[in-house]
Amino acid sequence: MKDFLHAFCRHKGGVAGVIVIIAVAGLALAANWIFPHDPWEIVNAPFMPPMTDDTLLGTDTLGRDIGAGIAYGARLTLLLAAVSTAVSILFGVSVGAISGFYGGRVDQAVVGFIELFQTIPSFFLAVVLVAILTPSMTTVIFAIAVVSWPPLARLVRAEFMSLKNREFVQAAMLAGQSNARIILTQILPNSLSPVIVSGSLMVASAILLESALSFLGLGDPNAMTWGYIIGASRSVLRDAWWMSVFPGVAILLTVLSLNLIGEALNDALNPKLARKRTT
Amino acid sequence: MKRILSRVAALTLSLGALSVGGVALAEAPTPQYGGVLSAILNPEPPNLNVALQQVAVTQLVAGKVYESLLTYSFDLKPQPSLAKSWEVSPDQLTYTFHLQPNVSWHDGKPFSADDVVFTYTKVLANTPRTRTLMANVESVTAPDPQTVVFRLKQPYSAFLHAFDIGGGAILPKHLYDVDTPITQNPHNNAPVGTGPFKFKHWERGSYIELVKNPAYWKEGRPYLDGITYRVIPDAASRRLALEQGAVQQAWLQDIEPIDQQRLAKLPHIGETKKGYEYWSTMLWIELNGGREPFSDKRFRQALMYGLNRDFIAEKIMYGTGTVATGPIHHNTRFYDANVKRYPYDPKKAIALLDEMGLKPDKDGVRARVGLIPSPYGEMSRRTAEYIKQNLGKIGVQVTIENADVGGWTTRMGNWDFDMAYNGVFQYGDPAIGVSRTYVSSNIKKGLPFTNTSQYSNPKVDELFNAAAQAPTEEERQKLYTEVQQILVEDVPLLWIADTNYSVFHNKRLHNVVTTGLGVVDTQSDAWLSKE
Repeated sequence: MKDFLHAFCRHKGGVAGVIVIIAVAGLALAANWIFPHDPWEIVNAPFMPPMTDDTLLGTDTLGRDIGAGIAYGARLTLLLAAVSTAVSILFGVSVGAISGFYGGRVDQAVVGFIELFQTIPSFFLAVVLVAILTPSMTTVIFAIAVVSWPPLARLVRAEFMSLKNREFVQAAMLAGQSNARIILTQILPNSLSPVIVSGSLMVASAILLESALSFLGLGDPNAMTWGYIIGASRSVLRDAWWMSVFPGVAILLTVLSLNLIGEALNDALNPKLARKRTT
Repeated sequence: MKRILSRVAALTLSLGALSVGGVALAEAPTPQYGGVLSAILNPEPPNLNVALQQVAVTQLVAGKVYESLLTYSFDLKPQPSLAKSWEVSPDQLTYTFHLQPNVSWHDGKPFSADDVVFTYTKVLANTPRTRTLMANVESVTAPDPQTVVFRLKQPYSAFLHAFDIGGGAILPKHLYDVDTPITQNPHNNAPVGTGPFKFKHWERGSYIELVKNPAYWKEGRPYLDGITYRVIPDAASRRLALEQGAVQQAWLQDIEPIDQQRLAKLPHIGETKKGYEYWSTMLWIELNGGREPFSDKRFRQALMYGLNRDFIAEKIMYGTGTVATGPIHHNTRFYDANVKRYPYDPKKAIALLDEMGLKPDKDGVRARVGLIPSPYGEMSRRTAEYIKQNLGKIGVQVTIENADVGGWTTRMGNWDFDMAYNGVFQYGDPAIGVSRTYVSSNIKKGLPFTNTSQYSNPKVDELFNAAAQAPTEEERQKLYTEVQQILVEDVPLLWIADTNYSVFHNKRLHNVVTTGLGVVDTQSDAWLSKE
């Protein structure tokens, strides 16, 4: 653990990423205290530029506080991204594990199923799913999860295929451990590091997907997410830059930090690879 | 003095124009032939048979290709179109239309009264829009090729107001009197009409091209060589296209309300509020009267008091609407402003909810309802968000349920909603465009744009029926005034705004709007000056 922390801290970008993410999470948690009113509340005149009349980041076309929107939006956006990533990790890992462990027919069937999803452009699939299922928090999470699990399943499958022939697994088999126990206690813990790395990147892409959906007006109409704020103000981009720029910066910083964290994790968890890269 | 000055100015100007070598007069420039008008088309219409499909964009394009018997002036008086003149019998039961001579279809076949009889008896009698009119008609006959006679079962005073392009486009009998069902007729997407412009090409997702009809019956018309309708789905691109002169005409919600004031200030862009008199769209929030708590009049009144409609008209619609007073648009005939008013008064709204026994729960919520915004444009979304905020203050928690065009109309038609944003054309006369929303005979599950709020009041039914048959304008006014007062007291739905749309056009384009049907009319008088 100490080694891991040490390796992670060597990566300056990763540390910066963690700091930004902690700040965003703090903003999300403290939204209630900083902005006691609802983000949908009309608190000021419409079209107030930033730094005027106690609106730090200006107001939108109806007079809603952009700052409040970003703070509450952080909450929803992070929550959405985390939940949808958790769902797709759960699904992707189970599918990949079964496929990689059992091999043969099961593997063939599962790979076919995965390829079915990988051949459809993921963003269009998400748009279609949300449009059919009527937009709400649950359907958006579902759509993001559905389009993001296949690469993870492939990754886990490959890990399982290589690990299942290693001595410690064979020893466990000879010891008479059940398949489920082998999968859960022997192979899975040893294949987790790439899952963690790609999980952090999946959170980032989930945020992007959610923002794109909301931007197109396919997000939950009752949820003030970052993508929604940009989507609602894009028609006035030429007159009121602040409405789109600040939530855009929020998305940029968060996604960038998550990517940096992912990279740092990768370096820390795969020291061999990292060393190769630096030399 | 002022007048003299302006005369002098005009004279100098015209002299100036003359000396440059032109023939233009300063005040009323002479129309010039030639030029192709590019106009915005948004969204793309589903098809171009206006007898089957009355969405605004279909009417816009088809209004150049097809024609109806009449058109309407700005004060909604009937004007000649395919009918040159008409007579009404003293008992108001026989209407005789005399058709224009020398009219031919775009494929060269002659137009005659048979086409009119065929269209009315075989096609329009079955369309949702004209069925109500035809229910009053006993027979349509053609005593000679230039004359059509409508015999009515009972007097119907709005009769002459239902012959616009949307309700009465005349189709060619020789192309539509066939075995193929009308919905599958290939000419629905390549229309053949009698109008000043002929259909040439439709590139799906891109443009519809119309060209001049040289054999048009009106002498010396049209001035334009053609009209190209460009499909531009993005609001910012539409504004830019108009600003830069790539297109010369925009209407309805083509330009987002927020951009309108800015656009109107540009030196080369003209704006007119005329040309919507016949449609006079009203925006309202439909309420499902078949559900609790909407079935209680006090709840509906509370919603009305709890809505700050002035904010919606000023800050969301930016003056493209004025706060509605009741069921009839102020530009429609028989409007009466003398009705109960609902100013923004949350205290009164809360008092009404208390009286009903709707007490706030631990979250301060008295009622939970859903609201479906209309799928057209950002404005309806912003309005829905504002309503959610507004009604939250009186303890009514609103959940917004987005839907696409299909979902929106189906859910309204099947009464599967609590509240829904809607806007409906009024077609000049309350008997055509207003009564359908409130009379109990029009409560038809499955059909959108009927009485979907399921409001039923025998007194209102009686007044609307009597008004449709009353012989004089004065009597009709009395009846409509009474019906407006009852409806405003009962609040079957929440009237938000009377729309006040604009047509934006490049100043090179002249005579854009000449009738109460605006840019939907044939535009055979429109012309472009040279750059």
